[in-house]
Amino acid sequence: MNSDLIVFIVLAIVSIATAMGMVFSRNAVYSALFLVLNFVTVAVFYLLLGAPFIAMSQITVYGGAIMVLFLFVIMLLGAESLAPSKALPWQRPLAFTLALVLVVESVYLIVSRAQPNLGITAPDASLNTMDSLRQMAMELFSKYLLPFEVTSILLLVAMVGAIVLTKQEKNGRES
Amino acid sequence: MNTVPVDYYVILSAVLFTIGAMGVLIRRNPLIIFMSIELMLNAANLVFVAYASVFQSFSGQIFVFFVIAVAAAEVAVGLALIVQIFKAKKNINVDELNSLKG
Repeated sequence: MNSDLIVFIVLAIVSIATAMGMVFSRNAVYSALFLVLNFVTVAVFYLLLGAPFIAMSQITVYGGAIMVLFLFVIMLLGAESLAPSKALPWQRPLAFTLALVLVVESVYLIVSRAQPNLGITAPDASLNTMDSLRQMAMELFSKYLLPFEVTSILLLVAMVGAIVLTKQEKNGRES
Repeated sequence: MNTVPVDYYVILSAVLFTIGAMGVLIRRNPLIIFMSIELMLNAANLVFVAYASVFQSFSGQIFVFFVIAVAAAEVAVGLALIVQIFKAKKNINVDELNSLKG
């Protein structure tokens, strides 16, 4: 049993447990906090895989910006816990069954087509330095320059859209 | 030799994706449905980074970077929509939202 495998298994258990906690908590604030923990464990996976930049983006963008937005909206709307609805009582068992089928199917397909020679060795020290970050930036700003610019326009459009959607309508301007 | 087979990462990602899909199916709170969608995006990102690490290529990591940016945009617009629906209907239970008219 090597050390990377032990770290992987412990993190995988934490990650699956927090995901389940997110889905099944009664209170939406607890769900959001479980999801933050899940994002942090996924960020540690990225570090294990030798992707420090993605790990830091994950923590700042997901764990920071997106989850703060979620918590803010939950508290703004007072949507911590909605009244349980009685519509569609058969939906929950059906969803469990379908989820079980999906996970069994996908794990079976992955295991049956496994290629045993594809292993992830521990990233050597060169991957966690500024050098790899520089290499990634060179690729991002040369080969992927157009998608990068399109992403900036997408973010601008999303920002304008969010402002337009939440803007207070003046009384006389509703058509 | 410190090695984790890449299949373990793919299986973990499949399990996380399934939990997210189940959350979309069983929860009635649109905010939790949103969080489950984020969980599914994360599961996909994990596979991208795992294979980027196997093939020693940066393309997978750059794609994950774009996915994170798109997820941020999606969350901003989606939460704005939820706030507006709550203002119009005083309720955000997805069972009650069955008409497009505000």
